[in-house]
Amino acid sequence: MTEAADIDVAHVAKLARLNLSEEETKLFQTQLRRVLDYAAKLQELDTSGIETAAHAVPVFNVLRDDEPRDWFSAEEALSNAPRQANGLFVVTKVVE
Amino acid sequence: MTLSDLLACNVTELQALLRRREVSPREVVEALHTRIQEIDPQIDAYLSLDFEEALRQAEVADVTLPLGGVPIAIKDMISVAGQPCTCGSKILRNYRALYDATLVRKLRAAGAIPFGKTNMDEFAMGSSTENSSVKPARNPWDLSRVPGGSSGGSAAAVAADEAFAALGTDTGGSIRQPAALSGVVGLKPSYGRVSRFGVVAFASSLDQAGPLTKTVRDSALLLNAIAGADPQDSTCLNEPIPDYTQHLGRDLRGIRLGLPREYMVDGIDPQIRAAIDAAVAQLRSLGAEVVDVSLPHTEYAVAAYYMIASAEASANLARYDGVRYGHRAENIQNLFDHYGRTREEGFGAEVKRRIILGTYVLSSGYYEAYYDRAQKVRELIRRDFGRAFEKVDALISPTSPDLAFPIGERSFDPLRMYLADVFTIAANLAGICGISLPCGFAKMNDGKQLPIGLQLLGKPLGEATILQIAHAYEQSTEWHKQRPPVAATPTHA
Repeated sequence: MTEAADIDVAHVAKLARLNLSEEETKLFQTQLRRVLDYAAKLQELDTSGIETAAHAVPVFNVLRDDEPRDWFSAEEALSNAPRQANGLFVVTKVVE
Repeated sequence: MTLSDLLACNVTELQALLRRREVSPREVVEALHTRIQEIDPQIDAYLSLDFEEALRQAEVADVTLPLGGVPIAIKDMISVAGQPCTCGSKILRNYRALYDATLVRKLRAAGAIPFGKTNMDEFAMGSSTENSSVKPARNPWDLSRVPGGSSGGSAAAVAADEAFAALGTDTGGSIRQPAALSGVVGLKPSYGRVSRFGVVAFASSLDQAGPLTKTVRDSALLLNAIAGADPQDSTCLNEPIPDYTQHLGRDLRGIRLGLPREYMVDGIDPQIRAAIDAAVAQLRSLGAEVVDVSLPHTEYAVAAYYMIASAEASANLARYDGVRYGHRAENIQNLFDHYGRTREEGFGAEVKRRIILGTYVLSSGYYEAYYDRAQKVRELIRRDFGRAFEKVDALISPTSPDLAFPIGERSFDPLRMYLADVFTIAANLAGICGISLPCGFAKMNDGKQLPIGLQLLGKPLGEATILQIAHAYEQSTEWHKQRPPVAATPTHA
């Protein structure tokens, strides 16, 4: 397994939209390399012909009737918003 | 009856007192409040309390209901309408739940009274409750040690008689391991047995909620109340709910138990190993047959688990973006700055570590090597259990290879912390049920004693069987009757 040595924490942090301090980046680099080195043992097993188990107890096509019912008012839905105005969530500018 | 005697009651005993009107729901809630004010500063099991609301409910409680008038503590990962639900995280510090989780709604329908939210590792990531962004919880048996985690607050509260029972969540052992380290009973139901609507998601293919209690019977009582299908949770199984108390009291003749030989590895604390050996002998003397079984892929479980759990966590925690709820950074420059700093400021170190790990194993080029591979190994682990359960009714093991460890001892070594989950995580990967119950105490050099947990693993939806076995064992021992030194603190009205 050479991939384990390749983890670029700074790059992955960008993908995850998560700023890290330089110190954290360095620390995670070391710690996660150890975790991934350990996880390399998964490669020892022959898994050809094994289906992936996304859920332990698979259930399919679980549907309920699509009926309107009471739910939160706009006011309630906004009650935890960090910023709001005119009954709307205020978001950061997306388009210049 | 003194207040201490009242608080030492388990749910079953408390119900009897309530129904005979020897005590009123109001007196129970007030006694609990006094107790928490007196001893929780030493334990830090609670993150928030709402006794005003609890007293209002006590006034109208119907003690004839299955849990009528019984106050129950709720892990701060589970939504209770109007109460904070912080998941032990700064990012949800000011968040209040708008609705009851389905299992809380069911508890209320059974007459129970939610009154407080318990401490936990941030977003349930951890095995010690040291990853709480607020404060670490402490073990009632030795206040310098961890109570286990992530449902450490729930376990410590029940152990210290500052809760009659509690709810927790278990993604890789987060109910069972703290139950073992704190000396209480913790049940992880099978995947799909209990609705997760309103339970904050960590790793959606692994998460389950369940009870932490003083006795096995209480565990069955709470499961009776919370189990069952939910139109709001498509993963919740539409299977009949047996009366889980019905098989309690039956003997163990005809029951076959398996000892997985891969679980009796080096690295188990010698006092834990001795207690498990004694528990096996005790189960045999109660009529159970105990045989060796093999779970050949055990050594791969921890690796598979941390790949899958981290991947699912990185996806689930993407929702904390500072838009609709939760923390938002100040003086934002642009959208990347908004997300990047909001999440940097809101999440603690372990959560960040797992988001990075999870994002990495899902990223292009590594997905097959890590995530997809882990899912296939998960299927091999699931088959191991399937084969074992063809021969036996339940499996026996220690819950944890370690006793409660000193606060701070392991926080700098994530891999070591992860490896200690070896006996609990396979149950989540395979979707089966498991219970941890007290099976002895380790004597420490300083004269203190620390609880040891016995784990029983059962088939998918096999909760009635493991509860029956656990109850028979419990009733033949005195372990569950022991209280930690801090519980002996007299409570004054």
